[in-house]
Amino acid sequence: MSTIAVHDHEVAHHGHDDHEHHHHDTFITKYIFSQDHKMIAKQFLITGITMAVIAMILSILFRIQLAYPDKTFPLLETLLGRFAPGGHLSPDFYLSLVTIHGTIMVFFVLTAGLSGTFSNLLIPLQLGARDMASPFLNMLSYWFFFLASVIMLSSFFVEKGPASGGWTIYPPLSALPKAMPGSGEGMTLWLISMVLFVASSLMGGINYVSTVLNMRTKGMDLWKMPLTIWAFFLTAVLGVLAFPVLVAGVVLLIFDRSFGTSFYLSEIVVQGQVMPYEGGSPILFQHLFWFLGHPEVYIVIMPALGISSEVIATNSRKPIFGYHAMVYSLIGIAVLSFIVWGHHMFVTGMNPFLGGVFMITTLIIAVPSAVKTFNYLATLWRGNIRFTPAMLFAIGLVSFFISGGLTGIFLGNAALDINLHDTYFVVAHFHLVMGSAAIFGMLSGVYHWFPKMFGRLMDEKLGYLHFWLTFIGAYLVFFPMHFMGLDGVPRRYYAFTEFESMKRWLSVNMFITWAAILSALAQVAFLYNFITSIFWGKKTTQNPWNSNTLEWTAPVEHLHGNWPGEIPTVYRWPYDYSKPGHDEDFIPQTVPFSQTMSSNLPHDFEDNEAGLEAHNKWQLANKPKEEVK
Amino acid sequence: MAQTAAATTPAVDADAANSAMWTSVGYYVLLFVLAAIVVGIVGKILRVYDLTLQIQGKKSINWNRVMGVLFAIFLVVGFYGAYWEFTNQATMHLPEAASVHGVKLDEMFMVTFGITVIVFFLTQFLLFGFAFKYKGSDKRKAYFYPHNNTIEKLWTVIPAIVLTVLVITGFFTWTKITNSNDVAGDAKAMNIDITGHQFAWEIRYPGPDGILGKKNYKLVTGINKVGVDFSDKNSFDDLTADTIVLPVNRPVRLNIIAQDVIHSVYMPHFRVQINAVPGLPTYFKFTPTITTNAMKAETDNPKFEYLLYCNKICGGGHYNMQKIVRVVTDSEYQTWLAQQKPYLSDPLKKELKMVVDTTPKPAAPAPDKKLALNY
Repeated sequence: MSTIAVHDHEVAHHGHDDHEHHHHDTFITKYIFSQDHKMIAKQFLITGITMAVIAMILSILFRIQLAYPDKTFPLLETLLGRFAPGGHLSPDFYLSLVTIHGTIMVFFVLTAGLSGTFSNLLIPLQLGARDMASPFLNMLSYWFFFLASVIMLSSFFVEKGPASGGWTIYPPLSALPKAMPGSGEGMTLWLISMVLFVASSLMGGINYVSTVLNMRTKGMDLWKMPLTIWAFFLTAVLGVLAFPVLVAGVVLLIFDRSFGTSFYLSEIVVQGQVMPYEGGSPILFQHLFWFLGHPEVYIVIMPALGISSEVIATNSRKPIFGYHAMVYSLIGIAVLSFIVWGHHMFVTGMNPFLGGVFMITTLIIAVPSAVKTFNYLATLWRGNIRFTPAMLFAIGLVSFFISGGLTGIFLGNAALDINLHDTYFVVAHFHLVMGSAAIFGMLSGVYHWFPKMFGRLMDEKLGYLHFWLTFIGAYLVFFPMHFMGLDGVPRRYYAFTEFESMKRWLSVNMFITWAAILSALAQVAFLYNFITSIFWGKKTTQNPWNSNTLEWTAPVEHLHGNWPGEIPTVYRWPYDYSKPGHDEDFIPQTVPFSQTMSSNLPHDFEDNEAGLEAHNKWQLANKPKEEVK
Repeated sequence: MAQTAAATTPAVDADAANSAMWTSVGYYVLLFVLAAIVVGIVGKILRVYDLTLQIQGKKSINWNRVMGVLFAIFLVVGFYGAYWEFTNQATMHLPEAASVHGVKLDEMFMVTFGITVIVFFLTQFLLFGFAFKYKGSDKRKAYFYPHNNTIEKLWTVIPAIVLTVLVITGFFTWTKITNSNDVAGDAKAMNIDITGHQFAWEIRYPGPDGILGKKNYKLVTGINKVGVDFSDKNSFDDLTADTIVLPVNRPVRLNIIAQDVIHSVYMPHFRVQINAVPGLPTYFKFTPTITTNAMKAETDNPKFEYLLYCNKICGGGHYNMQKIVRVVTDSEYQTWLAQQKPYLSDPLKKELKMVVDTTPKPAAPAPDKKLALNY
C-alpha cells in the first residue's frame, strides 16, 4: 500500500511530465496496450458491447426456435451448418445457445463490460486521481478479459459445439463428456475462459479497491464520494472475495473432467455404463458456484444502481435523497449477498433446515433494496427532471428493479420456490431485476459519460427512440413469462410441443419472440448512434450536464494524468443541486463553501467548527435579507 | 411489427430453395432498411421543424414535455397491460393445488401476490407519475431535499415488518413440508422409488411387503435398470410400473435418485419439486387430494393428466422427459396394483441365473444368489 501512496504522490507532482510523455505514445501503447484508465475503459466498453450484440443474436436464435418449433429456416442451416440440420436448431445446440447467452451476458457484458468500463473511467476521474493504482495490472486485466472472450467464442468452432449445460454448469452434466456433446471440448474451453476471466476480474477489482482507498484527492473523504464510486468500490470488494471461490469450484471440476478425481461425482451410470466415481457430491459444486453466483448478481446490479443514483440526481437537479441511507443499503446488500447463496438450492437436495436459514437471510436483503427504490422515488419527487437519454434509462432501471425485485419475494421464500424453481417465473424475475435493470444502468452510463469518453455528444432523438423501443420491448418480453412460470412451464426446454398442456403457450412464445426481435432491432439505433457519434457527434462542452462531480472539471481532451495542472481539491459532497440561495442549480464539488456563503447550511459544517462559526457570522450579518422564509 | 414468419419453402430443388431463401432474407433486410429510412426521414423532419420554429423565434420542441407525457401514457397503458395479463393469463395458471400442502402454498402465494401487487402498482405509479409531474422546465427550480430521517426509518421498518411476516409463515410451512418423518397419528406414507436417467424415469413400487428393496448402482444392467440388489429379500416382491398411480388422500413418499446427471422431479399440480441427484438420495412427501377424474371435470378437459416432468437441465432430451401420474380411488388403486409386473422379470432372473418360475423343468440347480450377484 505504501508503494501505491508513493506512486500517487509522484504522479501528483509530475503531472506535467506525464502530459509530455503522452505525446510519445505509439499507436500500440496508446490504443492497444494502453495503460491509461480512460483508454482501458473504452476497450472494455467496446468489447462489452460487441459481446452483448453476440449474446443478443444468440438469444434471438433460440427465441425463434421457441416460437416456431415446427418450422424450418433454411437460413439457419446456411449460417450454422451442422448445428441446425435441415434449418432446424438441434436440441443440443439450443442448450448451447442458452448457456453461452447466459455466460456472456452475466460475466462478459454485465460484469466486465459494466464494471470494467465505468470503474475504470470514473474511479480516477471522480476521485481526482491521475490514473489507477497499478496501470500495468489494469492493462493486463483488459487483455485477460479479451483472451477469455476470444476463447469463449472460439468454442463455437469446435466440432461438438460450445458448452451446453446451462450457465451454471452443474456437474455431473458438465463433467461427463458422454452426457451431452457440449460437455466435451466446448466445456473445456468454457472452463479455461472462465479461469482467465476471473484472473482479469481480480486484477481489475484489486485495482479499483486500492485506488478508491488510497488515491483520493485532497478533501475527498469517503462521505464525499459520489454513489457511483461507493457502488464500484463495494462491487470490487465483492468480486475480490467471491470470484476466487468460483475458480476453486472450476479447478475441481477440471480435475474431475481430466484427471479422474471424484469431487463432484458419485455413483454414476451413464448410458448403462457404471462409472468408477465414488464419494463426491454434486451439491458441493452448487455451493461453490453460488457462493460466487449470488454475490455475482449484486456485482452486476450494484454498479448499475450507482450509475443510476448519479444520473437521477444530476438530471432531477436534486440531491440524491438519503445519501447515507443509500450508502448503508449498498453496504448492507454487499454484506448480506454473501449469506444468501443457498436460495438457489432450496430444492436441490440441500438440507431443508439450511433452506430455512437461507430464506430468512434472503428476505432480509429485500429491505435495503426497498430502501434504495424509495430513495430514488423521493429523489424524483419535486425535481426538475431533464429527460436526457441517460435519465430515461435510469428511470427504466428503477421500473425494472421494482418489477423484478418484487418477484424475488416469491422466489426467496423456500416454500413458494418449490413450485416456481427453474420455471419461466425465474427467467422473468432475473431478466428484469438483474438483466434488463443492469443493461439499462449500463446504457444510462454510456449516454451520460459518452462526452467524457469520446469528447462528443450522442444524438438525443435516437437515444429517445432507442429507449422507448427497448423499454417497451423488454416488458413485452419478460412480463408474460411470469405467467408461463406460474403454469409450471420449465425453463431450458427446447420445445413445448411434447406436452399437451404447454401447447397453449405457443402463441405467447411467438409474441415474446417478436417483442424480442423488436428490442434487438432497436439496438441498431443505439449502435448507429454510438459509432457515428464517436466520429461525427457534436463536440461537447466540458460539463454538458451541469454536473457536480469531479470528472467534469477535467478537460475534454484526454490527457494521461487527467488534469493538466494540479488535481482539484474537493470541498463538498457531490449532490448540491438546486441549493436554495445559490444562483445556479448546481455547485461542483470543487467550489469551496467560502464562495457560496448565501447557500450554505449549518448541516454543511458538521465536522468543521471554524466553518460553522464563519457561517453563523455571515448569517448574522446578512440576516435582514434572508428573512424571506 | 406484424410481420409473418420467415418464409419456409419446401426444398424441391436445392438451388431453387436456396434462392428462395435468399429472396426472403433480402425481403426482410429490405423491410428493415425501409424502416430505418423512415426513422431517418422522421428525424430530419423533426429537425427541420425544430429549426423553423427557432427561425420564427418560437420555442423549439420541448422534449422534456414530450418524454413526460410519454411516461404518463406508458403508465396508463402499462397498467392496463398488467391488468389484462393478470385477468387473462390468470386463466392459464395451474388449476388448484391437488395436494394437502399445495393448498397452503397457494394461500401463501396469494398473500404474497396481494402485497407485491399493491407495492408494484403504487411504486410504478409514483415513478412514472413523478416523471410526468416534475418534468423539467426553465421556470422552476427543484426542491432541495437531501434527507428526512423519519421517512427513511419508516420505509425501512415497514418493509422489514412485512417481510418478517412472510418469512415466518414461509419458514414454518417449509419446515412442515420438508419434514419427511411420519407424524404420529398420520397414515403411514407409502414409498415409491423414482430413478431418473437420460431421458426417462423408472418407477418401482414396494409390493405387498410395503418395503422397497435396496439398490446399488454397481448392479445396473440393461435389464436391471435401477440396480436393485436381490441379496435383500425385500426386493423380490418389488413391482415396476409405467405410470405413477397414487391412491387419493394417502400420504406418499417419493424416494428419488438419479443415475447419470441431475434431474428434477417436478409435479406442478401437486406443488412438488425436488432434484434427483446422482449419489444423493432425496425424497418428497405429499398427499394427493384430487383424483385425476375429478380434475378432468374441474378443468373441463377430458384429456387432463397429472404429469411428472424433468425440471433440471439434463441434456438434449430434457424437454421431453415426462411420466403420467394418475390419482385414483383406493379400490381402483388396488386393482391397478394387482396388475403390475414384478420388477424381477424373467429376463432379469435369467440374467441373475435364478430359476425362472414359468419354466416347468427344475433341471438347473438352484444357483446361489449371492454368487450370482458377484458375476
